[in-house]
Amino acid sequence: MYHKTDENDIRALRGIAPGRVFAGSEIGEDYGHDELGGISRMPEVLVRVLTTEEVSAVMAYAYAHDIPVTVRGAGTGLVGGCIAAEGGILMEMTAMNRILELDEDNLTLTVQPGVLLMDLAAYAEERDYFYPPDPGEKTATIGGNISTNAGGMRAVKYGVTRDYVRGLTVVLPDGEVVKLGGKVVKNSSGYALKDLMIGSEGTLGVITEAILKLLPLPALSVSLLAPFETMEEAIEAVPAIIRSKAVPTAIEYLSRETILFAEEYLGKQFPDKSSDAYLLLTADGSSRAAVDGETESLAELCLSLGAKDVYIVDTEERKGSVWTARGAFLEAIKASTTEMDECDVVVPRSAVTEFIRYTKEVAAETGLRLPGFGHAGDGNLHIYLCRDELSREEFELRLAKAFDLLYGRAAELGGLVSGEHGIGWAKKGYLARQSGERLIRLMAGIKAVFDPKNLLNPGKVCQ
Amino acid sequence: MKILACVKQVPGTNKVEIDPVTGVLKRDGVSSKLNPYDLYSLETGFQLAEKYGGEVYTLTMGPNQAKTAIRETLAMGAAGGVVISDRRLAGADVLATSYTLAQGVRSAGDFDLILCGKQTTDGDTAQVGPELAEHLGIPHVTNVLEVRLAGGAEEEEEAGAGASGDMRGSYGKLLVRALRDGLIVEQLVAMPCLLCMEDGVNTPRLPSYRRQKAIREEQIGVMTLDDMKDRNEKAYGLSGSPTQVVRMFPPQKREGKEIYDGPEEESADRIFGLLRERKMI
Repeated sequence: MYHKTDENDIRALRGIAPGRVFAGSEIGEDYGHDELGGISRMPEVLVRVLTTEEVSAVMAYAYAHDIPVTVRGAGTGLVGGCIAAEGGILMEMTAMNRILELDEDNLTLTVQPGVLLMDLAAYAEERDYFYPPDPGEKTATIGGNISTNAGGMRAVKYGVTRDYVRGLTVVLPDGEVVKLGGKVVKNSSGYALKDLMIGSEGTLGVITEAILKLLPLPALSVSLLAPFETMEEAIEAVPAIIRSKAVPTAIEYLSRETILFAEEYLGKQFPDKSSDAYLLLTADGSSRAAVDGETESLAELCLSLGAKDVYIVDTEERKGSVWTARGAFLEAIKASTTEMDECDVVVPRSAVTEFIRYTKEVAAETGLRLPGFGHAGDGNLHIYLCRDELSREEFELRLAKAFDLLYGRAAELGGLVSGEHGIGWAKKGYLARQSGERLIRLMAGIKAVFDPKNLLNPGKVCQ
Repeated sequence: MKILACVKQVPGTNKVEIDPVTGVLKRDGVSSKLNPYDLYSLETGFQLAEKYGGEVYTLTMGPNQAKTAIRETLAMGAAGGVVISDRRLAGADVLATSYTLAQGVRSAGDFDLILCGKQTTDGDTAQVGPELAEHLGIPHVTNVLEVRLAGGAEEEEEAGAGASGDMRGSYGKLLVRALRDGLIVEQLVAMPCLLCMEDGVNTPRLPSYRRQKAIREEQIGVMTLDDMKDRNEKAYGLSGSPTQVVRMFPPQKREGKEIYDGPEEESADRIFGLLRERKMI
């Protein structure tokens, strides 16, 4: 059983992090939830940490006193991953927001976990470097990105967060500090503990420093917006684009409906909405000639696959008008309904068309509105299950049915529960069902090795 | 309605460097693009042409590569365009530029409406549009938010049908809403006229790859001083420019970022001291 924190614990924690420990009513309501609707659990104590040493001291104390600890970044998660499910201590990392070192000999950037993704990306770009992962939520912390192995739109060409983490400093549940990986490019030294830590959603250790890999900044990038008559036609073009061996950084699909939500939400017009469906592709490269060549072949390919036209999105202003809308889709859909949940399913790219078609069937069968958009190029779809005017109970019922159908079909197609948001609290039932007993037991075993007292983020992922 | 949109090719980024010795913009290796402010006037033109019938033509002045700018306007929907390009035009200030454009307009034909952007991102004077109108002797309005044909639907139809490129303004007036001194002014303007569009008044359409592929060379005209009605070289380029640039320098960047990472109270005291010292509080 966990120990309920009392005056003594708070006093002890105040000794570790003076002026940065809050308890009871001092803790703002926002700390009870993330961006997932419908669940809130308040921590008993909030500690805003500043250093690895403080994290270590907090963990050692919690370990000695059996207090559960949940780590929180910016709270932008979508699966309830940073909610203090068992109360206890909520450790907030956002004040550890320093960029520590740019190592130009090793092309690495060492950061604290609370650095915001947008600040990190801007820091790199100002120095002609490139940190490719770009999840939609730019105000997320890098620590949160690493903990969920966040993906983003450039995954088609550049991969996901895991591909850009070289080393981690981690505080284990008993307070011991370990370094995993490093500035090395290659690593065949034993089990890949660093990679295990990435995507572990704060259940195995607390990340207090990360060494990230950088690339040289591509000289330019150009996007293409290709309107199609129907969503089917648009999606069907994607496998052909992938087969063509072109390597766009992103292939996104957008529907007119979602574009209209974004217009309403932003109060800004999208440059074209004459079609029901669009593909948005981006090419980047180190020279104008290379990028022009690639955009031309992509444009020709789109036309041959039935695109009505291909619009060129080549300047800052044009990118702004298109990508601002794309970036606002999640919030825009949220604003279009009373409450929603999200299915962040990932399927093999060859199955995207089939899965999107199936989504329509599920919408019809459950009577739920299911707007969506997503990374057609990497098979990661974001499907929103909107409550609209339904009663809470009715919504919950239909939601469960829709999730069952969607995840069931995804599994049949060789897909997985989460592409980039993680499992956290909300999706663990679906993970358990898909993974099966043996895999969950393996995960639970790993968890027990790292965290024998089950203190770190209990009740999440595989529990 | 026959519409002419004036455009300019500008550096593709705002990170342009100025040679500290010569004070000249370093254009080498810098990509270029259409002046972003011109996109709003182009879009206004396309929308008017779609609504009332007619076509949009474009005009620019610049070195030979400014043809790229015209090509881009064609890919966006312009029917044709002209580049005024001549070594003898180099070094033109706003007066010489607007005079050159006015000569170009006269040679290019009659237009019901001339549209300009609010200003350019590389010159920022916002003077060329109004001066062009003055040279042409037509009315102009700046900071325009909205344009439509004055009168009822009937009149509008008539106007559409009668769009013949007639510069005498036989069919009417435009109802123009514009920003002026913090107010929105609505006024009637007789065509032909010139309007400088405010920025952000619409979402400019994107260039179309299909249209770009279909561009024929004859859609892009090139004019030199020899094509002008006034061929007096003294009126153009550096010799036609009363403005003298004394010095050109990049704006000073504020680099001074300081991080206080001492204890909170100490940092607060330092910030307080700094704000007082700078007379901000």
